[in-house]
This record gives sequence, C-alpha cells and structure tokens, in this order.
Amino acid sequence: MKNIPEKPATTKKEDRKTSIMQTALKLFSTEGFYTTTMPSIAKTLGMSVGNFYNYFASKDQLAKELMLYISTVLGDKLREINMTDVSVKEKVTMIVHMYFSIARERPELIEYFLRVFLSNREIFTKECTGMVCVSGFVTELMLFFDEGVQSGELKDQDFFSALGLFMGYLGGMVFLNGEEVLTKPLNEYETAIAENIYNALRKQ
Amino acid sequence: MKPRLKVLWLQGVTCNGNTHSFLNYPHLSYVLETFEFLYHSLLPSTYTLEEISTCVHECDILIFEGAYDPRMERVGTSLETLVSYYGSHAKYVIAAGSCASFGGMFKHSDPEHITGLGFDEKEPKGPLASSPKLINLSGCPIHPEWMGYTLRMIADNKPIAVDELRRPKELYSYLAHHGCTRNEYFEWKVDSDHFGTKEGCLFYKQGCRGPMTHASCNKILWNDVSSKTRVGTPCFGCTEPDFPRINMFETKTNMSIPQDVPVGISKRSYLTMAGIAKSFHIPRLEKRLIDDDA
Repeated sequence: MKNIPEKPATTKKEDRKTSIMQTALKLFSTEGFYTTTMPSIAKTLGMSVGNFYNYFASKDQLAKELMLYISTVLGDKLREINMTDVSVKEKVTMIVHMYFSIARERPELIEYFLRVFLSNREIFTKECTGMVCVSGFVTELMLFFDEGVQSGELKDQDFFSALGLFMGYLGGMVFLNGEEVLTKPLNEYETAIAENIYNALRKQ
Repeated sequence: MKPRLKVLWLQGVTCNGNTHSFLNYPHLSYVLETFEFLYHSLLPSTYTLEEISTCVHECDILIFEGAYDPRMERVGTSLETLVSYYGSHAKYVIAAGSCASFGGMFKHSDPEHITGLGFDEKEPKGPLASSPKLINLSGCPIHPEWMGYTLRMIADNKPIAVDELRRPKELYSYLAHHGCTRNEYFEWKVDSDHFGTKEGCLFYKQGCRGPMTHASCNKILWNDVSSKTRVGTPCFGCTEPDFPRINMFETKTNMSIPQDVPVGISKRSYLTMAGIAKSFHIPRLEKRLIDDDA
C-alpha cells in the first residue's frame, strides 16, 4: 500500500488561512467590524494571538483579504453562469438564485459585503479603492451585461445604472431578509425578482 | 551593370492615395535608379498606358493600387485581362493599400463584384487568392517606407516573410499601439474627452483601434516625425481587412464596456486589469501635459 503523501507545508498554511477567514467572516458579519478584535478571532479559533498574526499582519489586511475572498467566491459562481449556453433571461434567473442561495447557505459572505465593506468605507479606502477588491465579481457582471447587449436582449445603458439596479436590488432583499422583515422565505421571491430585473434591463 | 527590375504600377478602383503617399518616399531617387517603371500614372515611364493595355510586355513586379473590379477597363482592356496577364508573368505582385489588399473603401460601392487582389476582406478571393507571389501592403494609404522596404528587399533578393494575410511580418507584426506616446494613459485608463489634445488615451471614447491594428505607424513614423495617435487622432484600423468600419470616431461600447479589446487578450482578463487600473487616480495624468496657465 502506498503511503499517502503529506500535504506540503504551504498548502497546510493556506488551508489554515482559509479556515481563519471563514471564522473571521462570521464574527465580523454578526458582531460588527469594530467590536471584533484580532484577539477575539484568535480566541474563537483556539489560537494564540501571536500565531494569529503570522497569518494576517493587521486587521485592515484581514478585512481586505476577506473582501477579495468573497469577490472571488461570487465571481467564480457568476463565471460558471456566464459560461453556460442559455439565454440572458435564464442567466438573470440563475444569478438571482445563486445570490440568494449563498445568502442562505453562507450568509456571512453577503453580510460582510453589506454590513462591513459598504458600511465602513474608511477601512477600505487605501488598499481596496474602486474595483481593487471586488474586480473578480464586477468583471463577471461586466461580461454578463456586455453579452446581453451584444445578443440584443438587453438595452445599452450606463454600466453603473444597470449594476445598481441589479445588485442593489439583490443586496437590498438580502438586507431585509437579515432584518427579518420579509414575510416569506427569500427563495420564494426569486421568480418575481428575476422577472422584475429582466424587464427593467431588457431592450424594449 | 545589373539590369534594372521592371515595375508596372497599375491602378484599379482608386483615389490615388497610395501613389501620392509613395511620392513622399525620401529615397525616391534610389527607386528610380534601381527600377525601371514600365508604367506609372505620375512617374517617368517607359510605356504609355495604351501600350501597356496591349498586354505584350513583361514586368518583374506588378504593383496594383486600388480595389479590383474585373469589369473595369483601362484603355479598352479589362482589369481581369490586365491582372491575369501581368500577374502571371511577374515574379512579385504587390497590392498597394487596403483597397488592393482587401477591397477596402471601394468594395462598399459594389460588394458583390469588388474585392482585393487576393482577399475579400479576410477571405481568400480574387485573381491572386492563395498566390505565393502576392504581398499585401495594407493601409489607407500605405506608409511610403513600407513600399520602400518591400522594393528594397526584392531588389536585394531577400526573402519577405508574410503573415496569414500576406502582409510583411517585419512591418505588420507590430500594433499601431506599440510606440504610442499615450501608452501611460492607456495603462492607467485615463480617457481623452476630445481628439486633438496631447493628453489622454483615445481608446475608450474616441474610437482608437491602435491595440487591435497590425501596423508600424508608431514605430516607423509618418514624415519621420508623427502618427495619428501622436497628434491626437484615433487610429482607424486602416490596415485591417474590416476597414473602413462605421463611426470611426466612436468607441463601440455595450453598457460602457468596450466591445473590442486589445488583440489576443481575453475580455475577462482585459476588464479585470482595466477595472483595477481605473480605480486609482493619478493626479499627474489628469493634468495638462504642458500647462501654460500654471
């Protein structure tokens, strides 16, 4: 029987880093950015504070890497949808479903974006300016809109007008869901919201 | 003394732009010493067009300017007959300009019948389609140095490597973007709101095709000093088979996203890079280059 080779040290460190980020995301999105401290994250993980700093040199660096991580996760999902050979209308439905599924299964990803990234801009102005930390996701949205116009399904308009309509709507619904003011589970809104978004974006 | 190579410069459907451009070649005296022009509409020639139209002479190099319409006649002889006769006897056939290369501007007046000598836009078509003797010098007009280079290579009996559109690699492997003095503005995504200014990149709003156009305009400068992009005019992509496109002073966008991106770069890669670069504000690049009021 062959010995299973041990994971290289660098992979182990990356795995540990990812698990730290997942814990940090949960804490930041539930407790708030300023209430959550580096020692409190280390404590939750059962790590010494000193060791914790081996992974992230500062809270600001951790905050930035978390946003990059979220953008990559969402961007990868959106990329899969972009690569699917279906109509733009169907893709709108798929994007809404994907976003609400993540909000349900990994709420910390969306909550961090809404309640930390968007609400505490002072943390992100230096190294996360503009598209720097969200390009993975925004690039895929650009490709989606570009394809939509080229195919003749969507009307040509300013990118940010379309982006705000699409993502503002989805983010708003997740926010309301988080505040527990919606009368139905989030997934029950998917069909109506996808239809609304498509009707608002489509070429008349 | 080595006998001079015989050149025949024939014209199809043309505006004479390539002829006029070539007259600016600084080494025209070398050309006239090295080559015998059997016929050229402006340069001293051995024969008249009437004598050429009889198809009894032979040339080493046929230079054809203008789009190819087989039905068009020169002194009673169709271009079909003239190109067939001289094209089959010549060792080299040079298509001078985008009309002769791909159909160009004049193809649009009669797309069914008018083509280039060997291509209809990028599809092989025409009397010299797939001919190994064809050399395309696309451009509207051609740079005089491009013709000068090609003639010198032939005179020196040196091989001319060509690309898939039969353009000399030495001249057309570059992009018009290479050597553009606005490249720093391109890198940091600082747009120019007007053409004719020294500052800003012309790619985002002004329709510049430099990053998609194979041409050495910013390497071999025009009149030795300048180029379109250097004076603030967008590159119109005049060396490419799809020239002329419409709305050449506008960048085609879909929801503010450029429809075409630099050649050989995926749109995903380009948008990722562009989005990040655009996130930063570089005050130096947002100011006038030379501010007389400062």
